[in-house]
Amino acid sequence: MMPDMLSSSLQIAAPELILAIGAMILLMIGVFMGEKSAQTITGLSVAVIIIAALWLILVTPLGVGFGGSFVLDPFARFMKILVLIGSAAAVIMSVGFAESERFNRFEFPVLVLLSTTGMMMMVSAGDMIALYLGLELQSLAIYVLAAINRDSVRSTEAGLKYFVLGALSSGMLLYGASMVYGFTGHIEFTQIAAVAAESGRSVGLIVGLVFVLAGLAFKISAVPFHMWTPDVYEGAPTPITAFLAGAPKIAAMALLTRFTVQGFEPLSDQWQQVIVFISIASMAFGAFAAIGQHNIKRLMAYSSIAHMGYALVGLAAANTEGVRGVLIYMTVYLMMTLGTFAVILAMRRRDGMVEEIDDLSGLSQTNPMMALFLTVMMLSLAGLPPLAGFIGKYFVFMAAVHAGLWPLAIIGVLASVVGLFYYLRIVKTMWFDEPAEAFVPMAIELRAVLWVTGLVVFPVYIFVSGPIFAAAEAAAKTFF
Amino acid sequence: MEIGLGHYLTVAAILFVTGVFGIFMNRKNIITILMSVELILLSVNINMVAFSAFLGDLVGQVFALFILTVAAAEAAIGLAILVVFFRNRGSIAVDDVNTMKG
Repeated sequence: MMPDMLSSSLQIAAPELILAIGAMILLMIGVFMGEKSAQTITGLSVAVIIIAALWLILVTPLGVGFGGSFVLDPFARFMKILVLIGSAAAVIMSVGFAESERFNRFEFPVLVLLSTTGMMMMVSAGDMIALYLGLELQSLAIYVLAAINRDSVRSTEAGLKYFVLGALSSGMLLYGASMVYGFTGHIEFTQIAAVAAESGRSVGLIVGLVFVLAGLAFKISAVPFHMWTPDVYEGAPTPITAFLAGAPKIAAMALLTRFTVQGFEPLSDQWQQVIVFISIASMAFGAFAAIGQHNIKRLMAYSSIAHMGYALVGLAAANTEGVRGVLIYMTVYLMMTLGTFAVILAMRRRDGMVEEIDDLSGLSQTNPMMALFLTVMMLSLAGLPPLAGFIGKYFVFMAAVHAGLWPLAIIGVLASVVGLFYYLRIVKTMWFDEPAEAFVPMAIELRAVLWVTGLVVFPVYIFVSGPIFAAAEAAAKTFF
Repeated sequence: MEIGLGHYLTVAAILFVTGVFGIFMNRKNIITILMSVELILLSVNINMVAFSAFLGDLVGQVFALFILTVAAAEAAIGLAILVVFFRNRGSIAVDDVNTMKG
């Protein structure tokens, strides 16, 4: 590679480099200063993420680096900003938890930084080697994060389950990648698309496509590859669940979108069927399986399965409007998830964290502010107008309708109605049941996250929706 | 008989299926699952190298090297998680990974 090409590639990958080098420096600080440095490292890692985000927005040029392996287009930039917001919020929300639960592990922010680096690579992957390495960097860090509470059976079991199923899904993804490589002779998405357009579909290529889709569906926890989600969400320490529910889903959805829409655009009639199937299955399963849950983290797991199904409705449309819908949906999803987890992290009594839905009963009398915000989040997750969740659903369903996928949109609306039931059950528990023992006052950083996300969900998004829609539109146009 | 691409792909496919079955059919021991995962990754490597040789294109072999590297990291992390799980649970039987259900 020529020196000037290398320097331009490094400029494009600068935010990732900042994160990676930052993670290594913080790891060294942690190793030499020991457990007492956990607070410092948490603060510094948020600073690193903010620097990377500012660098990404203000300095980094758009372009293609490393011979096509690394792509920074408007789509990648949009998704990367979401990923960085999700990671930063998850680290910030862990501060109070670390203090009260004696969870002073400096590895947590370092692993989040490494995982975020992996996610940024996933979003920018231009070929299948970058796709695989980004995915593994993200997943390997998260396997350790899920098991980070190493004295707890539930946490280590969550890590073990996630590891086994995650390794299986990477295996399937790789097998698919090898088939795609073998039958096209290329690993870059753009060249795969060119070969696929020229030679049409061959059985080997379709087999490879389906295997890769299966691997990626696992990462976004879409049915039928969702079985790890409830257990990992429940078993992992809550700040890690908050991280797991936000940024990795966005990165995996970005990767799935790029892989299907950019790499397999000529075969869209083939993968559309797969996406429609997993979308319907996720929406229906997520809606019905959540009804019987009594642990709120587990309920959020089923809720996130359903939400991935809704986002896939947009992808199934396979056009600019659909991809724009996916981007808007993921933005809204991130805000709602962070807000809800800020409340879940604040569910603490004197004797420790609680995570049953019954523990929320009568919250409107003991802590009206928290109850109000959680109500807004729940109604937004259910997709009621005029909250932000409705806007997300509106755009994906409209995209599906315009693409002629009527049944998919109708099933989506019906699944939302079923979903409304279990979200409303939480609202009812908070406002109409006998008050339980009050929670200890909310930590300041959780309050900050809750206020910001709560106000974005309603009503700030109405004022900023113009620029966000324009950015999403520009991002979606990069593929078409 | 000339050994062609199809033979390599068949071997890789058999290894892959063996690995997947090893994960799902195995009711005894988590170590077996880790071995099955390795089997899956190695079957992919056979695929990659075979395609690379028959296409006359080096990218597949580079990919295989990356897969080997990541597989090593993955095995290390898997064993580490298994050790902490064993310390807490006192068992590595698949049937004992059952604290959470539903």
